[in-house]
Amino acid sequence: MAFTAMVGARIRRREDPRLITGRATYVDDVRQVGTVYAAFVRSPHGHAKIVSIDTSAAKADPRVLAVYTGEDLHHAHGVKSSLPVAHKMADLKTPPHYMLALDEVRVVGDAVAIVVATTAYAARDAVELIAVEYEVMPAVTDVEKAAAGPPYVHASLGTNIAFTMPFAAGDTDKAFAEADVVVKQRIVNQRVAPVPIEPRSMVANWDAGMQQLTIYSATQIPHLLRTQLAVVLGLPENHIRAIAPEVGGGFGAKLNVYAEEAVVSWVAMQLECPVKYIETRSECFQAMIHGRDQIDDLEIAAKSDGTITGMRLKITANLGAYHQLLTPVVPTLTLLMAHGCYRFENISAEVVGVFTNTMSTDAYRGAGRPEATFFIERSIDMVAQRLGLDPAEVRRKNFIAKTSFPHTTATGLTYDSGDYETTMDKALKIVDYAGLRKRQEELRKQGRYLGIGLSTYVEVCGMGPSAAMPAAGWDSATIRVEPTGSITVLTGISPHGQGEETTFAQIVSDELGVPIDQVSVIHGDTDKVQYGVGTFGSRGTAVGGAALQLAIQTIQAKAIKIAAHQWEANPDDLEYRDGKIGIKGDPSKSMTTPEAGFAAFMGDNLPPGLEPGLDATRRFEPPNFVFPFGTHVCVVEVDAKSGQVEVVQYVAVDDCGRLLNPMIVEGQIHGGIAQGLAQALFEEVVYSDDGQLLTGTLMDYAIPHAEQVPHYELDHTVTGTTVNPLGIKGCGEAGTIGSTPAVANAVIDALAPFGVVHIDMPLKPEKLWAAMQPKSNGSVR
Amino acid sequence: MIPAAFEYKRANSVDEALRLLGEHGEDAKLLAGGHSLIPMMKLRLAAPAMLIDIAGIPNLDQIDAASDPLTIGALTKHAKLAASDELQKKAPALWDAANDLGDPQVRNRGTIGGASAHGDPSADYPAVLQALDATFTLAGKNGTRELKAAEFFRGMFETALGANELLTKISFAAAPKSAYVKFHHPASHYAVVGVAVALTIDGGAIESARVAITGVGDVAFRAAGVEAALKGVKTNDADGLAAACAGAASGVQARSDTFASASYRTAMADVFAARAVAQAAAR
Ligand SMILES: Cc1cc2nc3c(=O)[nH]c(=O)nc-3n(C[C@H](O)[C@H](O)[C@H](O)COP(=O)(O)OP(=O)(O)OC[C@H]3O[C@@H](n4cnc5c(N)ncnc54)[C@H](O)[C@@H]3O)c2cc1C
Repeated sequence: MAFTAMVGARIRRREDPRLITGRATYVDDVRQVGTVYAAFVRSPHGHAKIVSIDTSAAKADPRVLAVYTGEDLHHAHGVKSSLPVAHKMADLKTPPHYMLALDEVRVVGDAVAIVVATTAYAARDAVELIAVEYEVMPAVTDVEKAAAGPPYVHASLGTNIAFTMPFAAGDTDKAFAEADVVVKQRIVNQRVAPVPIEPRSMVANWDAGMQQLTIYSATQIPHLLRTQLAVVLGLPENHIRAIAPEVGGGFGAKLNVYAEEAVVSWVAMQLECPVKYIETRSECFQAMIHGRDQIDDLEIAAKSDGTITGMRLKITANLGAYHQLLTPVVPTLTLLMAHGCYRFENISAEVVGVFTNTMSTDAYRGAGRPEATFFIERSIDMVAQRLGLDPAEVRRKNFIAKTSFPHTTATGLTYDSGDYETTMDKALKIVDYAGLRKRQEELRKQGRYLGIGLSTYVEVCGMGPSAAMPAAGWDSATIRVEPTGSITVLTGISPHGQGEETTFAQIVSDELGVPIDQVSVIHGDTDKVQYGVGTFGSRGTAVGGAALQLAIQTIQAKAIKIAAHQWEANPDDLEYRDGKIGIKGDPSKSMTTPEAGFAAFMGDNLPPGLEPGLDATRRFEPPNFVFPFGTHVCVVEVDAKSGQVEVVQYVAVDDCGRLLNPMIVEGQIHGGIAQGLAQALFEEVVYSDDGQLLTGTLMDYAIPHAEQVPHYELDHTVTGTTVNPLGIKGCGEAGTIGSTPAVANAVIDALAPFGVVHIDMPLKPEKLWAAMQPKSNGSVR
Repeated sequence: MIPAAFEYKRANSVDEALRLLGEHGEDAKLLAGGHSLIPMMKLRLAAPAMLIDIAGIPNLDQIDAASDPLTIGALTKHAKLAASDELQKKAPALWDAANDLGDPQVRNRGTIGGASAHGDPSADYPAVLQALDATFTLAGKNGTRELKAAEFFRGMFETALGANELLTKISFAAAPKSAYVKFHHPASHYAVVGVAVALTIDGGAIESARVAITGVGDVAFRAAGVEAALKGVKTNDADGLAAACAGAASGVQARSDTFASASYRTAMADVFAARAVAQAAAR
């Protein structure tokens, strides 16, 4: 066991100085000689036939180098003009998703043509010179309407339903027949936009001499991007280099392969020069994937003591107009987590994926799990309300006991470890739950409406075993002990804000006994780093960090052999102690990793048969997912006159296993809560019935400002896991997953005196105010 | 930001700005803090061929709070208003608004003149300046003219400013019992409803009230009914004050957006009017 000087310490992020002093290199900071600039012509209609495209005026502009349309790409040699979707469903309908629309546009923002010009200004000017004649077709944006029949987004399918996935476990009918109460609710989990500060950004260059494509892209998955570009563009993969430089936020939205990345690469190949495309914020709202957008029709069967016995569930997922990389996968994750942290065994469910004339939905921080947590945590509150029980006690009654892990759920997951009651009790103690409930009573008498909301969440992350997620399961790490003693880590994950340049260096510093500033962590460049999957699904450290731990073990084993040879000792008698090699039970002798590395470099005093050099590449295949959990408690006051919500207190007690750097974990939780709270209170992507995006700017679409989020009181418990050698679970999405239901439950709890059972998000003042108005007959609803 | 191409000229005096406006006519736009104009140019909703930058014209960015009426130069930045102790004492409604507008970047660039000239139906000052019954001084080729706030704000993004005119200053009598209270839009932070109130109080009762409301209709308006109803109401009669604010936006065609419906905006006008009155009365 290594000494823990670094691991567990609140080390400041090594990434931050360059980020906060403007010295980081984002895609737009990549300046290459001869760069030309691209802009896209995009559909202003939700659904329309392209009658004609007149590019002549644009082409006549001397600053314009080229204009390409869907036709040009479709007929281009070697190009597969449809984009990839990763899924394991046998009968999934996968209509073509052209890089540039061919004949028809199906969503506002659909790319119709690309213009390339000498400056970004000229490119945008030229967009206005391209005349596209459209014949508007009927559009559908309402998912239930789309599921029911025409108009069809893809006429050739004769339906908007992309897939239907039934599921049943246990005896649900019996559970409902024997239930004391049945709670029934339709819950809308609204569409939200990821809004990373850096929009989609890319610059591609084609070196014609070397026949080499290099693309810098704001992506979470440089290697997977490279692979998909090879497929789509028909290039040998080893002639493509994908680089994710500094990436300004992803939240899942950059876990994708976008048409623009492929088109810009192809254009670079045609023009043999660097082509840059940085989308505008407006384009980002239209054409970057959206998240959530499910309607969850629920029935919960419960006994009068609050024991939940069964669930009937229909998930209707709005997929948008096309499949992006993981579009159909996301709602299936909702089904997997429908249980939450509760014991019940009887579930009968159906997931329906539906095309509409809206932007594709895909993975957004939590990706399918927040929806599940939301409806199960709302359900618990509804059951409690119906039975007149305390929501905390209903949770306690239904928790999977801490003694029964690993626990296999009815949906087939095996929860690795958990102790739900302890985190809940800790959180309840911090807020003085009993005191709060008393205060709530008192304030109600004064016409003030305090609400207390709990969310006891569990989530599945550390994506994941390859068996469950082929090509997205494992990850890799290389460690190189350089001749002069510094240590280079090459990680296959591609961090973009999660802080692994710091945490990975902490691990290496401890385990290999070098100062942290001697460790550098390199990522995000397919020509530097061995193949890796990337950062998403709270997997960076749980999978990539685990691979690093394996590489450390390999380095240590080899270093021990080198030391044993020099000391004429038996390697079995040696060990790593406090980061150095020593003889078991004998403190007199030691060798550092850099010393062993130097010997390995010199090569003249190595054990026979041992290769020179001290480096290792390892891959970690997780045997299971990990299941972090926790309890969030939110306290709000709703103003009866306006419906405005004030968050009075926010407490989160999370358990993500061992904390490598508590400060970084807190940062992840803070950001996660902000996003989850914002979904509960503010955020909502709205399309009109004919497919216009009504929330297309930051003046309409509310991401939280600093003053709109509360002070967070954080605490944690630590329950280990044996899924990976670090004993850690992910913490990247937990805050988002846990917070949304806590906030919603608090607001709805505040309105309980008005007979409110459920209100859909976002919990805007107007909705709350309406619910608090006296009914015309004098009673309140 | 990638706007359409434009020419740029800096004016060093009001006369020079007016001359340039005359030369370039319809194609020209004055540029003050740029915090309304530039976002429109970014979205290519505005594409002026010529920008005449007036931000550097000397002496138009002063607060003269010692004089009566108080006078504020059109180029005075929100931040300067927000930091003025004199203003806080003499016209706290304007001070409230300046402090509650945008964010530090916006307050450090945007000007009271630009915010007024833009005529945004959700902007704060149109309500405040009507409640203060402010006088706007407009400079044109043929000299200056003065307009009352109620005449200046005409409609959605529409003011009384002529194409070749420049707003130079805004003046108003001190109104120490005034307040501005705002319901922020969660995204833009503009006013969903913003109510400015200026009161005079005599013997514990309201002697006169000016109440103006922004965010609700196409243009900020005076709530004449509320003003009348408030007369004589005791300032310690909370229910009476609130009752007088009922129907604050009656007769006004309220707007709807994805955040708030017309009927909600109308209802909130009453609620926020009552709050603004209470706050003004308490000063
Ligand atoms: C993020 C953000 C948040 C904001 N939040 C708010 C808010 O909460 N409440 C609010 O009220 N406002 C808000 N604003 C707007 C802000 O107040 C602007 O500063 C103001 O609307 C415009 O002032 P400006 O000096 O920047 O004018 P500019 O943008 O330079 O000009 C605006 C218009 O007025 C004209 N103009 C400018 N000065 C004069 C003059 N002296 N004479 C004649 N015409 C002139 C210009 O030609 C142009 O048409 C916000 C702006 C931003 C960017």
